[in-house]
Amino acid sequence: MRKKGKEFAFSFLAYFFLILMLIPALWIIFTSVRPEVEVNAYPPVWIPKKLTLEKYQQAFFSPGVGEQAVPVRDYLRNSLIASLGSAGIALVLGTLAGFAFSRFDFEGRDTLFLFVLLSRAVPGIALSLPLFMLFVRLKLLDTLEGLSLVYIAYNIPFMIWIMDGFFREIPKDLEDAAQIDGCTKWQAFLKVELPLCAPGLSASGIFAFLMAWNEFQLASVLTRSLSSKTMPVGLLEFTSEFVMDWRGMCAMAVIMFIPAIIFTFMVSKHLIKGLTFGAIK
Amino acid sequence: MIREKYLPALLITPSLSIILFVVAFPLAFSLYVSFTGYSLLTPGSMVFTGGENYVTLIHDPVFWQSLKNTVIFLTIAINTELFLGLGIALLLAREIKGGRILRTLFMIPMMFAPILVGFQFKWFFNDQVGMVNNLLYTLHLIEKPILWLIRGDLAMLSILIAEIWRGTSFMIIILTAGLMALPKDPFEAAEVDGASGFQKFRHITFPLLSPFIYIAMAIRSLDIATAFDLVQIMTGGGPAHRTELIWTYVYRLGIIDTKFGLGCAMSYVTVIISVVFAYYLFKQLLKTRG
Repeated sequence: MRKKGKEFAFSFLAYFFLILMLIPALWIIFTSVRPEVEVNAYPPVWIPKKLTLEKYQQAFFSPGVGEQAVPVRDYLRNSLIASLGSAGIALVLGTLAGFAFSRFDFEGRDTLFLFVLLSRAVPGIALSLPLFMLFVRLKLLDTLEGLSLVYIAYNIPFMIWIMDGFFREIPKDLEDAAQIDGCTKWQAFLKVELPLCAPGLSASGIFAFLMAWNEFQLASVLTRSLSSKTMPVGLLEFTSEFVMDWRGMCAMAVIMFIPAIIFTFMVSKHLIKGLTFGAIK
Repeated sequence: MIREKYLPALLITPSLSIILFVVAFPLAFSLYVSFTGYSLLTPGSMVFTGGENYVTLIHDPVFWQSLKNTVIFLTIAINTELFLGLGIALLLAREIKGGRILRTLFMIPMMFAPILVGFQFKWFFNDQVGMVNNLLYTLHLIEKPILWLIRGDLAMLSILIAEIWRGTSFMIIILTAGLMALPKDPFEAAEVDGASGFQKFRHITFPLLSPFIYIAMAIRSLDIATAFDLVQIMTGGGPAHRTELIWTYVYRLGIIDTKFGLGCAMSYVTVIISVVFAYYLFKQLLKTRG
């Protein structure tokens, strides 16, 4: 009986913390579908009494209408291009490099590996100033190509880190067996090791996507107009000195975090495995 | 075979060249700029001024304040995240109803863009329309609005809460994975020896879990600078530099005041801090990878 009570207490605590952590997210969803009167109502209306999709409609179908209209559709397109493009390229390049780091023993390997990882530790804000000056000269400022290039560099180190871990999990015997059967190391990679790493690929690809999807520091300095501004930068437009379009902002926030949530749930198991590789002996 | 010998170089070169172009080269360039008096609005100002910018920073009280604020901010945030994360992970690693879904739902804050977290908490802590004050009113705990983001000490507390909300989720995920992967034998042995719950935690769980704590810390260390996003939105470093962090100060000097030379010097401070921190953690981590 006592044991049961204890278990109940633990479950209760766990759910309590969950609700505490989810309240902010729920509040954003609620606000995005509330009518305007409820937002500034006093006493506050906690659970929305009426639902309206007005702000979503505005976000997608009527950019340019009304003084507060933010071209969410353009920002969504830019975000998708920059995130998918950079994640895809980083995935290919990072996997190749990760394979080299995990399967070959060459001079300076560990130093190079550390160098690559540390390049990721450089804060975006510190890079934004020189990149801005450089991009002005190279005509890359305010282009999706320029932004994507930065995101590729930003994502490669992490990709290498995760893929190196996955490749190390694959027994080397498999590769040796393939080589005995007449495959070169490269063929063994393509036909044996790569397919086995599919879960790792999907997890790290989505991780890279999310990194670019949520990035703000570099995008805020390197993008200027509709042609390259991404959603995190676009969020700023809902706020001005005196007015704040909370509902519009919340609708955009929901549009931003829905893909993030779906993708992460899809690969959460592999992602955790990739991140914690090497911790269990 | 010759091809096999050059294969690793061939595989790494594309990645490495992009990193060199986007990270290493700009950093070298900004090192140069940091020794000039370059200002975006003054043409011809990119002239060598020696270490003047660095001297300016050393004599700048705001620089020291931003450094102090950053140390306080990171120490409190990371320790609280670790403590809360471990506590909640210990709950989640038990067999509770709906455990799998529960563990997944705890990932949600982690997926929020830091900029979004900033907006969200700026709004919650707004003194007029914020949820926090509204809640306190409704419960009759306060009569006058609390100026969360306007009073210095409370502003620091507010940005800390936002950062902890975001970071704890990640700690929970990694530590829960760690707890669930721990071997069962040591615990059974301890049970036989009559160890108490706390003893088991102190002498078995914690040491076995420490590699996971390292991993969580190392990955967090790559991302701590994203705290910039939320602080920039919530307070912009204000009031009166009370929440100024090294990253928001780079933005203030470089982007707002357009003093690129000084901004680049300041950005070097952030680079060195981040890289040293990450170097230490990853060095430890790479030992386990072998």
